[in-house]
Amino acid sequence: MLPALPLDEAGKYVAGAYLIFLALLFVYVAIMASKLSKIEREVVEISQLVENRSQPAEADARVKEPVG
Amino acid sequence: MLVFFYAPLDADQGFVQKIFYLHVPMAIVALCGFVAGGAMGIMHLRTRDQSWDLRSYVTIHISVILAVGVLVTGSIWARASWGHWWVWDEPMLVSFLIVFLLYATYWPLRFSIEDKEKQSRYASVFAIVAGAFVPLNFAAVRMAEQFTHPQTGATVGGGMPPKFALTFAVAFIGMTCLFVTLCKYEMASKHATFRLRALKRKLAGDDDALAVGSRSAAPQL
Repeated sequence: MLPALPLDEAGKYVAGAYLIFLALLFVYVAIMASKLSKIEREVVEISQLVENRSQPAEADARVKEPVG
Repeated sequence: MLVFFYAPLDADQGFVQKIFYLHVPMAIVALCGFVAGGAMGIMHLRTRDQSWDLRSYVTIHISVILAVGVLVTGSIWARASWGHWWVWDEPMLVSFLIVFLLYATYWPLRFSIEDKEKQSRYASVFAIVAGAFVPLNFAAVRMAEQFTHPQTGATVGGGMPPKFALTFAVAFIGMTCLFVTLCKYEMASKHATFRLRALKRKLAGDDDALAVGSRSAAPQL
């Protein structure tokens, strides 16, 4: 084993290790965030599909109601 | 904060030893995650409940991500302590790399099997076998005393001084909490995706058409 590095040199390695860990975490969270935004888009898509389906059904019900 | 302002400097390694509080808890949590993935694989094979396969998949996924962190931070620590980024005759490093490479084959294995039932069954068998290999591998490395991994917190009487031990315990608990949180986060995301897909199929009224061709390495509920 090498003798202990001076603080200014050891600091680079320690900072590098902790920053890499944070970067790894950040990349994971960013990927998950993109997946969540995809889920959100799909929710919007489905809610539009449900709305489109319910609108003709409501219109049909209004037509069938007796007038006067 | 404890790592930098509470824990004293190591007598042998000095400031570089601060990597220990990140590297070692991450390695322990990753290895425990692999073993937990195997235990979940057993639960899947016993109950045939697909949610256990999903849990096993997510646990192994997060453990592999942590294992990447372990390899990188370990490499940085090796460079600072030994003057080399990688030492091939160090059993701890090589054995961890073997475990990592073993688990790197988990996704190709899943993806190579089209039938979902078969895929989850084979993946569970893999998780159990690989999960059993992890502690065996660790024990084998411990028994190999020819070379030594950098020891930290060494005192004349042996053992870890209280300040080191407390900082390490806090770091370990923090890493465990992070692991559990990430697992829960990914599980929630996967559940939401499955429910949305099911809802889409229901609305489209075309179950079979959407079920065919959805080849994926991720388990399906």
